[in-house]
Amino acid sequence: MFVELNELLNASPEKPEQGKLTLLRDTKTDGSFLVHHFLSFYLKAGCKVCFVALLQSFSHYNIIAQKLGVSLTAAKERGQLVFLEGLKSCFDVLFGEEQHVGQTNPLRFVSEDGSNLKTMYEFVRTSLMASGSDSWKCPVLLVDDLSVLLSLGVRPVDVLDFIHYCRVAVCSQLKGNIVVLVHSNDDSEDEENELVVNSLCHQSNLILWAEGLATGFCKDVHGQLKIIQKGSSELKAERNLLQIYQYKIQDKNVTFFARGMSAAVL
Amino acid sequence: MKIAWRYQNLPRIEVSPAASARFGHYYDGSKTVSPELLQSTKWHRFFLPEEKSLHPEIKTCNMTCGYTRLLQSIQRIIYQEGFDGSYPQKKQKNILRIGIQSLGSVLWGDDICCADNPEDIYSLTKFLYVLRGLLRMSLSACIITVPAHLIQNKAIMERVTNLSDTVVGLESFIGSERETNPLYKDYQGLIHVHQIPRLNSLICDVSGTKDLAFRLKRKLFTIE
Repeated sequence: MFVELNELLNASPEKPEQGKLTLLRDTKTDGSFLVHHFLSFYLKAGCKVCFVALLQSFSHYNIIAQKLGVSLTAAKERGQLVFLEGLKSCFDVLFGEEQHVGQTNPLRFVSEDGSNLKTMYEFVRTSLMASGSDSWKCPVLLVDDLSVLLSLGVRPVDVLDFIHYCRVAVCSQLKGNIVVLVHSNDDSEDEENELVVNSLCHQSNLILWAEGLATGFCKDVHGQLKIIQKGSSELKAERNLLQIYQYKIQDKNVTFFARGMSAAVL
Repeated sequence: MKIAWRYQNLPRIEVSPAASARFGHYYDGSKTVSPELLQSTKWHRFFLPEEKSLHPEIKTCNMTCGYTRLLQSIQRIIYQEGFDGSYPQKKQKNILRIGIQSLGSVLWGDDICCADNPEDIYSLTKFLYVLRGLLRMSLSACIITVPAHLIQNKAIMERVTNLSDTVVGLESFIGSERETNPLYKDYQGLIHVHQIPRLNSLICDVSGTKDLAFRLKRKLFTIE
């Protein structure tokens, strides 16, 4: 996890918040560093994590997590991490033996009618349900990334239904958190994706939006991060809190600074 | 090679940057591969019209038939030649290099290039996702060319980009106003590096040079 990002979010692994939906969004840049942050943050916090990793292999996340001080292999072995490797599951669905695939492969919608995410939801729910011997803190669902489901033929309404069901189960019933990554572009022509992104923006408690710099490539500033915290009280109409920082990604850390305050400039 | 430069490229191969300002292979574009080299190298070919009909048990997941057969062929080669570690490679370990031309075009049975409402708009992206899985789980790399100028649906192109590791675009000057621009008189087009991968690391090697153009001479293809 990135210590500076924890400070900006006023978050601590000692006392993770509960019942929250966090949306990670990237535009014209790669926001996956935020996924790595939350993965290591919640594992260090002692939460049980279900990671739906659709776009990269397990070893990719593991190598980076080790740089951040967490071993995903060890977390899996002690039952703290349930890792769904989407690419591998999809391969099993298409090329695997029928009896090995079974009825519970979360990616089986790829070979069927293409839009039913019920099996994936059941996978998430059973992964995060507390078992008697568990002593983990609140459960967390992490998804990287949701936009891939649209590419696999899932309709936007089914993607949103899936998130809704997960929110009920994870945030509401199990008092846990959900963190989801989506891609978006201001001038995007992908209407289905924009529909999903906009809907999730309205539902989220916290939005972290990584954007490439409008002025183009820069060696010392890799992008801009907008942090939008929704007013927490439903009774009082509290305004959303918006903060904007710039960041630089390094090998084992990401540093954040106020706009125009990059170390290279000062 | 004569036609390829008109297309937009979507390579999956990682281009490793070199310390010096000049790097690359000398590749004589006017010559063909020698028959001796072809005979001594193990290579496989996939030509859709020659493929036998689909094995009835294989799931198609609503993908265009051509894509399904191609995936089966690639998976079979990976398995039979041991690129997935299923049994140790007999000789020196090697990487399977795959080249796919004109993905998304009607040559593959996909109508995404020629229809406003394609029959299965998700065929191409599903194919890329499954291919990505095959590559991640084996010792292989793939370079694909896609005629992006024929695909009107920009949403699909955005998704294709997100499903790829490295994305490079070739923009020809032919037919554009740049053809007569004196600045570009020595070049045939521009090269856009749309995306480079961040694999196994938080950082990626971003080159400082962003404005690249290519020059196609009789024997040489250069990027400057």
